[in-house]
Amino acid sequence: MARTGGNKNLQAKLVLLGDMGTGKTSLVLRFVKGQFQDYQESTIGAAFFTQVLSLNEATIKFDIWDTAGQERYHSLAPMYYRGAAAAVVIYDITSMDSFMRAKKWVQELQAQGNPNVVMFLAANKADLEEKRKVGVEEGEQYAKENGMFFVETSAKTAQNVNELFYEIELSFESMSDANKLEAI
Amino acid sequence: MDEEYDVVVLGTGLKECILSGLLSVNGLKVLHMDRNEYYGGESTSLNLNQLWKRFRDGDKPPERLGSSKEYNVDMIPKFMMANGALVRVLIHTDVTKYLNFKAVDGSFVYNKGKIHKVPANDVEALKSPLMGLFEKRRARKFFIYVQDYEDNDPKSHEGLDLNKVTARDLISRYGLDDNTVEFIGHALALYRNDAYLDEPALDFVKRVKLYAESLARFQGGSPYIYPLYGLGELPQGFARLSAVYGGTYMLGKPECKVEFDENGKAFGVTSEGETAKCKKVVCDPSYLPNKVKKVGKVARAICFMSHPIPNTNDSHSAQVILPQKQLGRRSDMYLFCCSYSHNIAPKGKYIAFVLTEAETDDPRVELKPGIDLLGPVDEIFFDTYDRFEPTNQHDVDNCFISTSYDATTHFETTVQDVIAMYSKITGKDLDLSVDLSAASAAADSEE
Ligand SMILES: Cc1cc2nc3c(=O)[nH]c(=O)nc-3n(C[C@H](O)[C@H](O)[C@H](O)COP(=O)(O)OP(=O)(O)OC[C@H]3O[C@@H](n4cnc5c(N)ncnc54)[C@H](O)[C@@H]3O)c2cc1C
Ligand SMILES: Nc1nc2c(ncn2[C@@H]2O[C@H](COP(=O)(O)OP(=O)(O)OP(=O)(O)O)[C@@H](O)[C@H]2O)c(=O)[nH]1
Ligand SMILES: [Mg+2]
Repeated sequence: MARTGGNKNLQAKLVLLGDMGTGKTSLVLRFVKGQFQDYQESTIGAAFFTQVLSLNEATIKFDIWDTAGQERYHSLAPMYYRGAAAAVVIYDITSMDSFMRAKKWVQELQAQGNPNVVMFLAANKADLEEKRKVGVEEGEQYAKENGMFFVETSAKTAQNVNELFYEIELSFESMSDANKLEAI
Repeated sequence: MDEEYDVVVLGTGLKECILSGLLSVNGLKVLHMDRNEYYGGESTSLNLNQLWKRFRDGDKPPERLGSSKEYNVDMIPKFMMANGALVRVLIHTDVTKYLNFKAVDGSFVYNKGKIHKVPANDVEALKSPLMGLFEKRRARKFFIYVQDYEDNDPKSHEGLDLNKVTARDLISRYGLDDNTVEFIGHALALYRNDAYLDEPALDFVKRVKLYAESLARFQGGSPYIYPLYGLGELPQGFARLSAVYGGTYMLGKPECKVEFDENGKAFGVTSEGETAKCKKVVCDPSYLPNKVKKVGKVARAICFMSHPIPNTNDSHSAQVILPQKQLGRRSDMYLFCCSYSHNIAPKGKYIAFVLTEAETDDPRVELKPGIDLLGPVDEIFFDTYDRFEPTNQHDVDNCFISTSYDATTHFETTVQDVIAMYSKITGKDLDLSVDLSAASAAADSEE
């Protein structure tokens, strides 16, 4: 793990959590491929993405884990959380239900995950303002109480998507010596 | 759950999870259930609290062992041959990307009261104190024959038809003494008794080759690799594969009763009053106890230590084989050791297993020769359990039952069972000819 000079190569696991249909896959596809699909199919067949990002003086290879449906009956395997450096919990601003469930995911992360995991709360589908059920302050307040970074996103319009991932990079950079960042 | 599935899989042990993954990838609609709240069934890895609950009637684990969460203690400890069948399945299915592996430090054999490194090729044979000077040269010639042997290159056969010549005859051609035959047969070819000597030599030669090629794979001191965080990661990885391809997962489902029609054919599985209909049921022996028979019993000890196994060059992970004759037994005994270097225990802690096919009802006495090699232990559990085999006919009842995990120290037989079950379930063969180098990248990056 010893690293010298300014040339760092880091690898970091990032997990996505949130109810079915909140936009987990859409957010990643927006970030990784710059695309959005109005009819994104429920995730089958691909639930693992990698993306390499260059920071000021380091390169981070993100391994992004999408849930693949095991969350439906609360059967996510511990391996899913294992070694995760960051977790993004996602809800859909048009569904109060998905917000309630997001809180459950945060609790589960606190119980199961690595204690140093950096948590982000993403209020997705911010483009659907007219159907909003969860107020901005509600999300903000909850994130603050739980020491999470909060952002309202839209995978559709790309609003705040890059910002979200930029924030994740920054958090990695600041924990330069954290043991969950494997040097490649 | 009130839906119709192609296959309902019961139990999330390694075999069931590999099958679930392969079947989902093959396009079948799979529902996978387990009565336990956790993945892995018999092949899970437990933390301290779970271990004490299971073996110490719910007592609290002692503080000096450290945090419960940092332990991942295998219930079926095995190592993976770096070039073996499980690695092929992992690459074939791309499940490698969910896991991290690290080489196992050492492979040893017990001989005349001492632990020795297992020599696996011509160069190592020349250095080994297990053999005298002349024996070394004979062994070297044998290893060169095995290394050069290629199925499809008749020149390399040196005029021998290994489908006809027995292992005993092949060995006598090289004039190897009994001592040498013992460690080659038991510590390299990994036979658990001597029946192989009178079988055609082909299987023997292939096993020795597998060992040597696996050893050459990574620069480690053994042919074995092992996943970080323990073997319990394997079923989880394959379960994820199944889910990625549409498999539905439900844990903590009580009962899981297989339903049969008037012709004795399984047509569904009931849990909590709901029945999931299906064409086929795949399960481990515990879900259909009336369709399996007992075929053996295992005795094992799980030992917590603060040091590596003595005389293993400080190996943080190691296997030691104690051949049957060295102990005057009918079957071999094994020691496995793993530690914090594979993230299965907190810093400075080691877990060792002593395992054998039970020949008596007293594991404490039976396992003593193995335990004596460990030095002081902080804590020890003894356990015996039964091993089962299916007795049903799947064309009669639509049920496909796996065999309990067997004695081998690695996964070759596990994968053979899975491949055979897959063919029975789907009528298709599984092609595992993959590029093995794909896995080295994953393992190397851990170094
Ligand atoms: C030390 C020990 C530990 C045990 N642990 C368990 C346990 O954890 N769980 C359990 O249920 N029972 C265990 N048992 C009980 C034991 O499994 C059974 O009594 C035994 O499996 C009988 O099976 P067999 O006759 O098929 O063995 P064998 O005749 O030895 O058959 C082994 C098979 O493995 C294959 N094989 C083995 N090694 C290789 C290799 N290197 N390369 C390729 N193929 C290979 C061969 O093709 C062969 O078909 C254990 C027994 C012992 C001695
Ligand atoms: N308007 C709008 N729709 C979105 C947004 N993000 C996702 N969607 C849509 O919401 C639906 C679900 O998105 P997914 O990305 O599949 O959600 P998921 O969380 O991955 O769902 P599962 O894989 O089933 O768990 C799709 O139809 C998307 O097109 C967004 O920001 N705005
Ligand atoms: Mg999705």
